[in-house]
Amino acid sequence: MMSLKINGQDHQVDAEPDTPLLYVLRDDIKLNAAKYGCGLGQCGACTVIVDGNAVFSCVTPILLLKDKEITTLEGLGTIEKPAPIQRAFMAEQSAQCGYCIPGMMMRAQALLQRNPNPTDQQIRAELAPHLCRCGTHMRILRAVHRAAEMMTRADAGDQGGTL
Amino acid sequence: MTLSARIGLIIAAALIVLGAAAGALAWRPAIAAIEPPNPRSFDPELVRRGRQLVALGNCTDCHTVRGGQEFAGGLPVVTPFGTVFSTNITPDPETGIGRWSEQAFQRAMKSGVDRAGQHLYPTFPYDHFTHVTDADDRALYAYLMTRRPVRAPAPANHLTFPYDQRPLIAGWKLLFLQRDEVTPDPAKSTVWNRGAYLVQGLAHCGACHTPRNALGAERTAASFAGGQAENWVAYALNAASPAPVPWTEDALFDYLRNGWQKDHGVARGPMAQVVNNLSLVDDDDVRAIAAYTADIFGPPAAGRIQGAEAVRAEAAKPRSGPPQTSASTSAPKASGPDSTEGAAIYVAACASCHETGRALPYVGVDLHLSTGINAPDPRNVANTILYGLAARNGERSPIMPGFAASMTDAQVTALLNYLRATFSKQPPWSNIAQTVADARQAQAAFLQTAAEPPNIAIHTSPRGQP
Repeated sequence: MMSLKINGQDHQVDAEPDTPLLYVLRDDIKLNAAKYGCGLGQCGACTVIVDGNAVFSCVTPILLLKDKEITTLEGLGTIEKPAPIQRAFMAEQSAQCGYCIPGMMMRAQALLQRNPNPTDQQIRAELAPHLCRCGTHMRILRAVHRAAEMMTRADAGDQGGTL
Repeated sequence: MTLSARIGLIIAAALIVLGAAAGALAWRPAIAAIEPPNPRSFDPELVRRGRQLVALGNCTDCHTVRGGQEFAGGLPVVTPFGTVFSTNITPDPETGIGRWSEQAFQRAMKSGVDRAGQHLYPTFPYDHFTHVTDADDRALYAYLMTRRPVRAPAPANHLTFPYDQRPLIAGWKLLFLQRDEVTPDPAKSTVWNRGAYLVQGLAHCGACHTPRNALGAERTAASFAGGQAENWVAYALNAASPAPVPWTEDALFDYLRNGWQKDHGVARGPMAQVVNNLSLVDDDDVRAIAAYTADIFGPPAAGRIQGAEAVRAEAAKPRSGPPQTSASTSAPKASGPDSTEGAAIYVAACASCHETGRALPYVGVDLHLSTGINAPDPRNVANTILYGLAARNGERSPIMPGFAASMTDAQVTALLNYLRATFSKQPPWSNIAQTVADARQAQAAFLQTAAEPPNIAIHTSPRGQP
């Protein structure tokens, strides 16, 4: 048994210590936003936030995560009350197949928490480890800019799901 | 006039005379600016040769910054004396070398003076480039002057007094700049001599692989005894080499040609860039560098050959399938809570790629073969654990995810202790925690400024099929 703090809640997990966080999230805790892509830390679909940093959950064994704070996309917002980053991605219609989008959103979120006003160059560099096969890159970039704007505005939290 | 005023006057006069003498010593005339030459005025064959020479000189590595244009400069180079920014060597007339004549270019290469007569900092390795022949300088010039001009002024250097005083560089040159040519050794082969010319000159291998003195000059008495670059250890290339399997000419050729070698692993850090550039260079010159470098390593001592056999045998041991849990992999030889944690991390995060029993380059190297783990300093292993190996755009390349965001310094430290105890016969490293903290910071800064390797068609054939 291992204790993991995910989205502010403590979870007792019955898994081997070398189990990748992604498997625990999806199979044990049923948090399915993080996706299995390559399993090698090379595509970004499995990205979550650990102590403020974007992390590939598919290559992160849970034994590394003792006493660390894990945030998944579910921890940012809900369908009823999406977070600014989610509203921005919806407003820009950034998802085509959508498989890469949760990972993209998590790394963008980590970037915006660290740097509320990133340049286009910084966003591109930050998201470089993420692959998107549909080709919505330009919309994804616009969404991150939009989210930055929304998050720096004082009323960012009040807009619920309205687009 | 009082006595003290007289003394003051005498001192002032003496200073002026000294200053003038130093100035005269340091002074170099400007070379007249020219109209930027028409790119079509250069012989295409000369340009083609220049392309290979520029790759051998690794020019793009320092003269390109992340997000900038190739050769347009602006890369911050951190030295013990402050930060020097690389300059724009595109043929832009205002901010680059567009108005430099061939003579001005050659003077910069031979003696580290720019067109205007200003001394250049030896971060530009003219202590090596001084050995480049006039013919090669002409080809380098032809290649650079036929690139696209980019307007990009170099940022001002951040150097503290007195290092910001360029005339002082004249004194440095008096002490350390050996202008003599690399004289061929008739007792050695043509290939060896070609290698000596390249390694000591344009390829400037010693700039990283030779330790430097307090004034930043290479310690010629300790040539190739190991140095550093961007917080990476540049391993010793002589008998002090920490590689578990001694290097041979063929192994060096394979490594420099392909970026990896089965008994040593893959090129990382600044060396990855070097190897990437070498992929533009003909086999002959790569072979020459390998031949000369193998001679610097020298024939391995008997003990090292036996050690290498033992290490090879260890690495070739069949694994019982992919490791499931700690029980199936190498039992930790060290003891204590730290090594238990390190072992657990190794099994969970590293073994699935590093213990597959498959051959390079499709998997991680068996760590018994790792030079980094056998080296006196854990820096390179720390850099690699933290930041991994980035995939290259549009090419097959070695990859490894970095663990900077998921491992704390304490976890990396525990892992390093375990790796050292398990995969080398060397004594434990000291001061690991500090090395990890420094690596985290320095490497993050380096990755932000260093340019992504340019897309060069690499030699993929030796990789074969997976």
